[in-house]
Amino acid sequence: MQHKFLVHKKGDHVGVAVAEIAAGETVTGVFMDDGTTIQVRANHAVPFGHKIAIQSVEPGGTVLEYGVPIGQAPNGLAVGDYVHTHNLKSLRWARS
Amino acid sequence: MSVELFGYRRPDGQVGIRNHVIILPVDDISNAAAEGVARLIPGAIALPHHYGRLQYGADLELTFRTLIGTGANPNVAAAVVICIEPNWARKVADGIARTGKPVAWFAIEGHGDLDTIARAARQAKEFVQWASELRREPISVSDLLVAIKCGESDTTTGLGSCPTVGWVVDRLVEMGARVIFGETSELTGGEHLIADRMATPELREKFLRVYRDYVDEIERQGVDLLGSQPTQGNIAGGLSTIEEKALGNIEKTGTKPIVGVLGPAEAPPPDPGLYFMDTSSAAAECLTLQAAAGAVVHFFPTGQGNVVGHPIMPVLKITANPNTARTMSEHIDLDVSGLLTLELTLPQAGQELLNLLYRTVNGRLTAAEALGHREFVLTKLYRSA
Repeated sequence: MQHKFLVHKKGDHVGVAVAEIAAGETVTGVFMDDGTTIQVRANHAVPFGHKIAIQSVEPGGTVLEYGVPIGQAPNGLAVGDYVHTHNLKSLRWARS
Repeated sequence: MSVELFGYRRPDGQVGIRNHVIILPVDDISNAAAEGVARLIPGAIALPHHYGRLQYGADLELTFRTLIGTGANPNVAAAVVICIEPNWARKVADGIARTGKPVAWFAIEGHGDLDTIARAARQAKEFVQWASELRREPISVSDLLVAIKCGESDTTTGLGSCPTVGWVVDRLVEMGARVIFGETSELTGGEHLIADRMATPELREKFLRVYRDYVDEIERQGVDLLGSQPTQGNIAGGLSTIEEKALGNIEKTGTKPIVGVLGPAEAPPPDPGLYFMDTSSAAAECLTLQAAAGAVVHFFPTGQGNVVGHPIMPVLKITANPNTARTMSEHIDLDVSGLLTLELTLPQAGQELLNLLYRTVNGRLTAAEALGHREFVLTKLYRSA
């Protein structure tokens, strides 16, 4: 089956959609570091280029991409969630 | 390496890949005369800009370094400098002349625009004819000073176009070239990764000091960059935080140690390797500083489609976003969207970009050159007196 998202690194919490993903769709992702695949059922629609959670994250937990923190999820993430500015916040310049 | 490269070896030994005659105004009010000369002499390029009056201190020094560095860039065969008054015209012309290339200067005061244009145009015409007889000669990759910067980033930048550039940067460094990256504030979230790649503890300290100074300067304005970073375009493209943007950005720097930390528009030493330069992340400002440091060609990965160019430095646009490659095709030099569908491997994409670099070195115009993109924007450190 054609993959619909890519994951930068094993251990990342999110993958990046490289095709439009529909809510409820079960989609395949490919890890870019070792070529292995993963399947996830999408809880929401995910537009091209946007992120899908492939591991759950506790409320307030740090979210990894490229194996590096890209922010925190104030309310946590469930596998299959659409991940963007509504549920992922910067850990930097966070004074506001 | 089987590919043959040809460039212009200038009197100071630096190698250019273009052969421009430039008309360089020192200040804003000399733009009209400079553009007047370029209208009369189509083989010359005017570089209008907005500053140069009542600047002082480090800000003035940076303007001089940028103007002199642009004229000294080996893509420039000869330069005509125009200024309202003679002292600064002479100062900029003398700085450029240290490269050994032909330079002439003209002051407008006491003459007016029309007489200045007539005199400068006669000189520019001589330079253009002289430059037309210069011949390309064999050069090697190690002669090249290459700059990189990305813009209108989205998640495809980190997945495809930046890794492609990073692959090529590694190969170029292995072949003895010099490469400059910048974008100080947009390293936020990945600055530790850059610090860890500094070749010495001293460079690491210097880099972290430069980085903190930049962020402190932003915060002294009583703001943080959350309102503008990521930009609206970045967010539309799927980037959620400055950290995520930075990590994609850093992909284009490859994996080599970083051998120098440069001030804005500061020319790197002759030693091969990857250099960091303290710059704004605004595209035209960053490119102008890199060209002023002597960069002769530029890799510009873009996601949502930045269209920037530079008057004397060819800019190659690379995108992995298939929508951008389709809707803005005239701006895109290389489409690597096959990396997203896994129809293309990273070494294949990198080799395609390397081949395109070689063709660009040998004279092929980039999309930005063919479209006439000539952004030349001075970095202002603070307001004028």
